[in-house]
Amino acid sequence: MQITSFGFLLFAAVLLVAYYLIPKKGQWILLLAASYCFYLWAGIEYLGFILLTTVSTYAATMAMAANQEKQAKYLAENKQTLSREERKAYKAKGKRVNRVYLIACLVLNFGILAVCKALLIEPFKAAASAGTFSFLSLGLPLGISFYMFQSMGYAVDVYRQTCAAEKNPLKLALFVSFFPQLIQGPISKFGQLAPQLYSPKKFDGKQLSFGLQRMLWGYFKKLVIADRIAAAVITLRGPEHTGVSFFILTVFYAVQIYGDFTGGIDVTVGLAQALGIKLPENFIRPYFSKNIAEYWRRWHISLGEWMKDYIFYPISVSQPMLKLSKAARKNLGAFGKRLPVYVASIATWFVTGIWHGLTPNFVLWGMLNCFFIVLSEECSGLYEKFHGRFHLKEKKWYGGFEIARMFILMNLIRIVDLFPNVGDYFSRIGSLFTKFNFHVLWDGTMMKLGLTALDYIILAGGIVLMFTISLIQEKKGSIRELLWQKNPVVRYALIFALLVIVLLMGNYGVGYNASAFIYNAF
Amino acid sequence: MKKKSIFTLCACLAVCLALLWLLQALLMPKYMGSVKEGALIGEYYDNAGNNDVVFIGDCEVYENFSPITMWEEYGITSIIRGSPQQLIWQSYYLMEETFQYETPKVMVFNVLSMKYDTPQSTGDQTQREAYNRMTLDGMRWSGSKWNSIQASMTEEEKQWQGQWSYLFPLLRYHDRWSQLTGEDFQYLFKKDQVSDNGYLMQTGVKPFEDEHIQPPLVDYTFGENSYYYLDKMVELCKQHGTQLVLIKAPSLYPVWWDEWDQQMVEYAEKHGLLYVNLLEKQEEIGIDWSQDTYDAGLHLNVYGAEKLASYFGKILVEECGVADHRGDAEISTVWAEKVKTYYQRKEALQAQS
Repeated sequence: MQITSFGFLLFAAVLLVAYYLIPKKGQWILLLAASYCFYLWAGIEYLGFILLTTVSTYAATMAMAANQEKQAKYLAENKQTLSREERKAYKAKGKRVNRVYLIACLVLNFGILAVCKALLIEPFKAAASAGTFSFLSLGLPLGISFYMFQSMGYAVDVYRQTCAAEKNPLKLALFVSFFPQLIQGPISKFGQLAPQLYSPKKFDGKQLSFGLQRMLWGYFKKLVIADRIAAAVITLRGPEHTGVSFFILTVFYAVQIYGDFTGGIDVTVGLAQALGIKLPENFIRPYFSKNIAEYWRRWHISLGEWMKDYIFYPISVSQPMLKLSKAARKNLGAFGKRLPVYVASIATWFVTGIWHGLTPNFVLWGMLNCFFIVLSEECSGLYEKFHGRFHLKEKKWYGGFEIARMFILMNLIRIVDLFPNVGDYFSRIGSLFTKFNFHVLWDGTMMKLGLTALDYIILAGGIVLMFTISLIQEKKGSIRELLWQKNPVVRYALIFALLVIVLLMGNYGVGYNASAFIYNAF
Repeated sequence: MKKKSIFTLCACLAVCLALLWLLQALLMPKYMGSVKEGALIGEYYDNAGNNDVVFIGDCEVYENFSPITMWEEYGITSIIRGSPQQLIWQSYYLMEETFQYETPKVMVFNVLSMKYDTPQSTGDQTQREAYNRMTLDGMRWSGSKWNSIQASMTEEEKQWQGQWSYLFPLLRYHDRWSQLTGEDFQYLFKKDQVSDNGYLMQTGVKPFEDEHIQPPLVDYTFGENSYYYLDKMVELCKQHGTQLVLIKAPSLYPVWWDEWDQQMVEYAEKHGLLYVNLLEKQEEIGIDWSQDTYDAGLHLNVYGAEKLASYFGKILVEECGVADHRGDAEISTVWAEKVKTYYQRKEALQAQS
């Protein structure tokens, strides 16, 4: 069920009414039932995947918890008799056992994810859809990456003893399957999300209203902007687009992907808020970033945090890395200090890349990001010297320049997503420096991109509105809080106006080839 | 304070709903201009309740039979529930709905739609969806309408869970705001009657010239789904004590194959129904294909429709025992008004053509 479908809206409306009408103790059970209904709607054939992740996570975490409990009890009982070394050895043995449980769980789940992803690309795709293995060609199960990342993060947290294992399998099943975030995240931590899922919720008109407003804003970004501009972005790979027209389309792609991702997250977070559950923010106006590190602190935040906690950090503190760190410090001086961080970064970005897709372009995408982050870090001394001499940072326009520079750089990196053949990508990037075909702006090329003059007008208005709202949020905070202070009639009139814009100008329904949310594909 | 907030919220909601309703009314196609066919189904309700004969089917009924002529010549009260490319399941649900408003003595069904077995059997999806709309949007809300929607949706409509856009047509016509014309504002609250008891009059003349050669079919057997709904029609009419008459209107194309005709003959015999293939009665009817068609044999114009009504009215009287109501003062008064409108329309259209 697409979250832009009428069925989803009806589903959400019925759920919201039932959620606040039933006894509060049963609210989490209703959420679990709703989540599984949502999942089953995508296809009963996918049910096995989420059940397997839930059961394996439950089994592994319960086994680890039991082992930890047994260990703690033994240590408490033998506190007087065991020496410090004996206690340490006993703890290490217990940790080794838990590591086996954890690794088994991780291998099983990430193995499934890897197989599912591999079956999306040739030659595995063709092999899977033919002959006796045709059952493998199911496509990617709904939300598999997101519920798997969330579950595996939880398993690691239990292993690290940063959160307690959930004893109730149904409660764990809800944490794994909570439906609003199944589509495209955010990826929540157990300690942050689970207590909210299970606790009783009183009806709160303000939270409900805020949640619905956010959903509406998400639909605006997705249906009015992202799905409308998608018609032009589809043409981007065409060989005719080089130089200026290619550059313009990279900007269009930036608009589409922003509207699509943040629109989807707004619907997700808004629905959760209406249910009284606060999900973490996943995007904080990333196009206002002034450097690449800041960009990645604002873009798909929960994925970045997950990669940092469960990939970057374990690699950084692994034995080989500690050895490398020691050797590098000794032999390479100041750079040696930073080298282990860079190595861990490369590994993390490599994993992030292949998670997006098991094709060379996604690996390149990860490596490009990593390269610019490392370059930025290595050049930070030079920047400081430069700014110390010229004082540009104090000038207002320089902030705008930094934002524009970052926006263009990220556009050029991001666009590699669309070129499975990386040679094509580099040739297009090269055309930006060799083809100055500015005539595409007035020779009618722009009207051949699948957008009409009316589409351009709607898009221009929509982007201006989106930009203005983002600017106000950046400077003054929550728009909904600002609106809440206004006269209710003014508030309702503005919300109604937005509703009418979405209804009339959204790309949906028969006659439109609106796309699913892009992150559904991950 | 709290009471005031709730009142404000309710008042704003009421205003918003009213505005949305108005917006929906504005954006829905009015079918008053060139595509009048879309208005036919909705016009039934103003003329329902007292008809002895109800015709159900596609353009072969709403453009080929003149109920006014049947009234004038035989005193038969009849109405047509026709819409373009009406499919057999739509005809069935229209029939089912008709029984909520009246119980006619005779239900006449044109069997051409037997050839369409599934919602996507012919034409491109967009075209089919537009036809669905012209049949379904005009129906009043009922279980019959809902079932008809479910049975009629194209694949694309199903993908978009299109049933909700029938419930709230604003979701379907939301992008018409850039194509609104004066007609949309003129007919926002009140529409004109475009038909005469469901008959859509055409006065132009375009003679039939060339025979349309269609390649033979691989299989002439009507589909199971078509028979399923035809069986349901038989059962439904039996339940209401209404005689079901099957007809094939005398349109020259699309081709009505002999093999199809034979299946209908056998079906009628098996179920004790009257089946009249009017294609075979062209001479008796007196149709002159150089004068009585406005589109070279696909449909009749008003002159042909009057001849056909005159011929078929006789069958209804003689073989179905349909009564003459011309002696009933109350009915006559209502029909006198209809006759007057009919001739005014005819005169106006003749002046135009």
